[in-house]
Amino acid sequence: MKRRSFIAGTAAVGGAGCGRGEGPAPGYRVLTENEIRTLDAWCEALIPADDAPGASWAKVPRYIDIQLTRKFRRLLPRYREALAAMERWLAAAGVEGMAARLELMEQGKAPRELFADGGKDAFEMVLAHTLQGFYGSPRHGGNRDYVSWVLLGVAPVPVRGREQAETGKN
Amino acid sequence: MRLPEVDAVIIGAGAAGPIVAKELAFAGWRTVLLERGEWNTAADCRKDDLRNQRTSILGHPFGPEDEGNPRVVVERDGRLRVVEPSAGGYHNNAACVGGGTLSYGAMAWRFHPHDFRMRTEYGTKVPAAFADSTLEDWPIGYDDLEPYYEQAEWEIGVSGDDSTNPFRGERKRALPMPPLPPTREHEILWRGALRAGLHPFHIPMLRNSVPYGGRPGCMRCRWCVGFACEVDAKCGTQNTVLPRALGTGNLTLRTGCQAQEVTMGPGGTATGVRYFDANGERQEQPARVVVVSASAIESARLLLNSKSNLFPRGLGNRHDWVGRNLQGHTYTGAYGLFADDVYDDLGPGASVAICDYNHGNAGMAGGAMLANEFIRLPIQAAGIRPPGVPRWGKGHKDYFRTNYRRLVAVQGPTQEAPTFGMRVEVDAEVKDKFGIPVARLSGLKHPHTIEVGNLMAEKAEGWLRASGAETTWKKGAGQGISGGQHQAGTCRMGRDAKTSVVDENLRIHETENVYVVDGSVHVTNGGFNPVLTIMALAFRAGRHIAGAHRVRG
Ligand SMILES: Cc1cc2nc3c(=O)[nH]c(=O)nc-3n(C[C@H](O)[C@H](O)[C@H](O)COP(=O)(O)OP(=O)(O)OC[C@H]3O[C@@H](n4cnc5c(N)ncnc54)[C@H](O)[C@@H]3O)c2cc1C
Ligand code: SF4
Repeated sequence: MKRRSFIAGTAAVGGAGCGRGEGPAPGYRVLTENEIRTLDAWCEALIPADDAPGASWAKVPRYIDIQLTRKFRRLLPRYREALAAMERWLAAAGVEGMAARLELMEQGKAPRELFADGGKDAFEMVLAHTLQGFYGSPRHGGNRDYVSWVLLGVAPVPVRGREQAETGKN
Repeated sequence: MRLPEVDAVIIGAGAAGPIVAKELAFAGWRTVLLERGEWNTAADCRKDDLRNQRTSILGHPFGPEDEGNPRVVVERDGRLRVVEPSAGGYHNNAACVGGGTLSYGAMAWRFHPHDFRMRTEYGTKVPAAFADSTLEDWPIGYDDLEPYYEQAEWEIGVSGDDSTNPFRGERKRALPMPPLPPTREHEILWRGALRAGLHPFHIPMLRNSVPYGGRPGCMRCRWCVGFACEVDAKCGTQNTVLPRALGTGNLTLRTGCQAQEVTMGPGGTATGVRYFDANGERQEQPARVVVVSASAIESARLLLNSKSNLFPRGLGNRHDWVGRNLQGHTYTGAYGLFADDVYDDLGPGASVAICDYNHGNAGMAGGAMLANEFIRLPIQAAGIRPPGVPRWGKGHKDYFRTNYRRLVAVQGPTQEAPTFGMRVEVDAEVKDKFGIPVARLSGLKHPHTIEVGNLMAEKAEGWLRASGAETTWKKGAGQGISGGQHQAGTCRMGRDAKTSVVDENLRIHETENVYVVDGSVHVTNGGFNPVLTIMALAFRAGRHIAGAHRVRG
């Protein structure tokens, strides 16, 4: 059994690692107000607004928050840890410093006292989920009003005759 | 519970099982078809880009369920990892009536005649491909399968036109349906191929281009591969042979039923199948003939879990060949960016191919068919970028919004040199929800496969350049366990019981009445997607079984 790392094992769901005893931010399922603020800035730095909206407007954090209660529920402790570390790191600089910090994390050069591996794992995790939340179906909480599809020039039409089923709630 | 005996019990209602069922039911056999999944339809599946049988980030609609169906994967560093079905590394196909054919892309390839005799073609010319590999000739050839390829094309339904492909085996009869009208991308690549001296043609597809078999033609949506079809224009086993077989009254389909083992009497005669039914209760279905069609990984697992006096290490495994030679395809290719939009939003996407590089590459054993790809939805394209373009930030956004509609991908399934070490075993500890030991996957690709794959990427890039792409870049071959949705090879067909699992009629050596009919029996997997070959083998096996065993009354 020693050599096995069970990625499909059961992990504590919800609550774990929250620490502060705060409830979820209004309109969210698990992440607290502080966590959402940090995550929002993190996602927005990954896909920033210009003349078109970015990850924040598209509600990417909402996508991640919802999935942390479902398919990604085992990742909740990792998210909590990463967001807390980022919050500490940003304390002085504020969210303006986000992009520069993410560049360091991508190269694994974030302070080891905050991220044991220099930040690479957390960076990759949030990047993958941000792309999903921005470019994936709005049904899962992100890509508000099909904003990314409009940006890319693909009509957000579902299959003919299935509009109701496709755009309805999950 | 011990149920009344039937003539045949078939395990797995994927590409192969329903075809055998249809042949037997039409021959008057009382047949039971066991399928662990459900009979899904398009109504059970939204066009969800994050949750489908191809991109399963948030799960997949056509099974198996994430809970209770693990596999074990041995990593390159020897670590063991338990994976759930929707995770990468599980090598999932599907668990539903129709199996992979409910949601597949539906390319309908006949293998090339050389694909059946790789040793004869390359044994002396390319010795590097044979060192430490199990590359071999099949015991049957293209000509043996030709009539059954035709039967699959007409009974299940194939559109396309390969008359401009000089690199193919002889076909006696044209395809029953014409190809879909070309997309903009198709026309660009077609002209580019001609400019480069290549031989483009319309990909044969198990998809109605016009009404056929009582179902309508394709309405060309954006969401094909990985999804079920709203209008039932994709031709799978679930909407063709299976309803016809059920119509005879001789076939009983039982869904939600997971086979545990083939039960053996004394010696080489199977008595039936033990399974868990939809209520989780144990059942025993006695039968005079047993057919295993659970796909390459699950069929091997089932045989290894079926131990008897004659076969203490698993059914058909007296010489340690069950589960060996697991193979799939090594996909490589290239991407190209064009000066203008090439995307016209007409599905399914893949349409034009060349077979110029399947064989005859200097110093290489085999190659691949190259084709354009099914439509890449935004999330599927979000990670594709030329070297130097950032993965995130403004640089990513600017690049992607400019180029999403200008991107073309050409790729192909490189034929692999199978190895004894790439294999399926059953794990000693991890069990599924019924307590049945699960499949454990391990192995490394043969180095020659990587070389061929990388050559195919160069060829794909050349085609894109000739077609006018301004920026091109390659996607080279990756290492790691093979199998995936094209999994094959784990119950090799051969004449010698010491070096194969089934004979040329797909009967397990040293048994009287157990057959394996699915991709497992492929000796090699061709440089093509495998399903039409699996279907042709199933028609051939079905006909053989119906003739070889007499039914009472
Ligand atoms: C998204 C996708 C796209 C694809 N595109 C193409 C393509 O374009 N061209 C092509 O050639 N191929 C394609 N394929 C691959 C093709 O679908 C497979 O090669 C084919 O379905 C394999 O047939 P099979 O009969 O071996 O197995 P499957 O079709 O996988 O069927 C096996 C069946 O057995 C059932 N089963 C397994 N174990 C048990 C058990 N113990 N008890 C009861 N039932 C069991 C499974 O639930 C399954 O339904 C694609 C597959 C997918 C998923
Ligand atoms: S592209 Fe055609 S065959 Fe494929 S799902 Fe859409 S309508 Fe059906």
